[in-house]
Amino acid sequence: MAKHHVTATVNGDAVEFLCDTQQSLLDVLRDELGLTGTKEGCSTGDCGACTVTVDGRPVCSCLVLGVEAAGKSIQTIEGMASGSKLHPLQRKFLEHAALQCGYCTPGILMSARALLERNPDPTEEEVRLWLAGNLCRCTGFHKIIDAVLDAASEMRKG
Amino acid sequence: MSEMRYEAPSTLKAAVALLAEAKGPARVLAGGTDLLIQMRSKRVEPELLVDIKNIAEMRSIAVEGGRFRFGAAVSGMELLEHEAFAKAWPGVIDGVKLIGSVQVRGRATVGGNLCNASPAADSVPPLIAAGAMVSIIGPNGRREARVEDVVTGPGKTSLAKGEIVVSFELPERAAHSGDAYLRFIPRSEMDIAVVGTGVNLTLDGKGVCSAARVSLGAVAERALLVPEAAAALIGTKVDAAALERLAAAASAACRPIDDKRGTKEFRIKVAGVMVRRTAEIALARAKGNR
Repeated sequence: MAKHHVTATVNGDAVEFLCDTQQSLLDVLRDELGLTGTKEGCSTGDCGACTVTVDGRPVCSCLVLGVEAAGKSIQTIEGMASGSKLHPLQRKFLEHAALQCGYCTPGILMSARALLERNPDPTEEEVRLWLAGNLCRCTGFHKIIDAVLDAASEMRKG
Repeated sequence: MSEMRYEAPSTLKAAVALLAEAKGPARVLAGGTDLLIQMRSKRVEPELLVDIKNIAEMRSIAVEGGRFRFGAAVSGMELLEHEAFAKAWPGVIDGVKLIGSVQVRGRATVGGNLCNASPAADSVPPLIAAGAMVSIIGPNGRREARVEDVVTGPGKTSLAKGEIVVSFELPERAAHSGDAYLRFIPRSEMDIAVVGTGVNLTLDGKGVCSAARVSLGAVAERALLVPEAAAALIGTKVDAAALERLAAAASAACRPIDDKRGTKEFRIKVAGVMVRRTAEIALARAKGNR
């Protein structure tokens, strides 16, 4: 069967790609579009390393088919900084040492940004619950939570 | 890897025709959070995927004559964000909120949670307690079914070839009524129910329970409606003695398996504990203390 010809928007840019039905959005981003910032962890939707947003909603890109991206607007970690200017969340992750190996970080940043867009002043519990689908095996999570809360505080001050 | 056809029809009629005419294995694709994992592990190898998310009726949430109807392809997050629905059916929201993570709920649908037919599906017991009906369409037209009659066992449903669950309809909310769902898991998030309990009850003007429905998840081959447990509440003020009888009736209805997440004995005992707590929350909500 012929491959699907899909057009979508990724980080604000119109893109088109060819994919098989079986290919996940994660595979498409990494292998067809060369956007390797999004990581593959478990491939079962448990770890959140592959988190991107589709029409503003965080999802595990391993659990979305590439063909389902047709007509959608996708945001990945590559679209988070403005040129060399880091997003406040990215800066606070560095300041708080909220990463060690860094493999989970793109997914956590994408999830955290989606939270702060909906709730600019979350409690610690709200941050922890929202990020329950993002696993980090290095940090023990405390520094991640601190960084998100600190970034939220800074972003509220504008 | 075999070739797999993907179709995303915009009408129910076209979706039914695709499924009914499929020669090989076919699957409905809603949120895909169970299906894609099953495909990757080769537990299912469909030749045809019918993506139903372009069908307007399956994506809408509406209230008609006090009755909520939501499409089977509405995502968990869309339902959670619907303030009027959440206010009317907080117990259904309790269940949907426990499905996977934020990312999973961004895709996963209640229709998929039901049709995947896991005995531990968290949205199913509260929908059974709510008295929800499903509208099903197939090659022979439309039919209605009670939610508790859709799943027949692990991975098995009463749907015929070509049939699709289109939408869920909840009854009109009576005054002084409330519902709740609790599950037992060893941690707070991202786990599969060891026991799930749903209670929906209505009080009369004197605070006496005039109607109740009680459901159990993860303690049998499918989620159960337990009329004996509901009978323990009806006619009482949901006092300590009634809760005691409720717990005993719920435990008696369990026929669980032993597995790594809980033994039979544990599940039977915990079902009684959880159903009592669930009834207390439903009671508080019925009294307006949300």
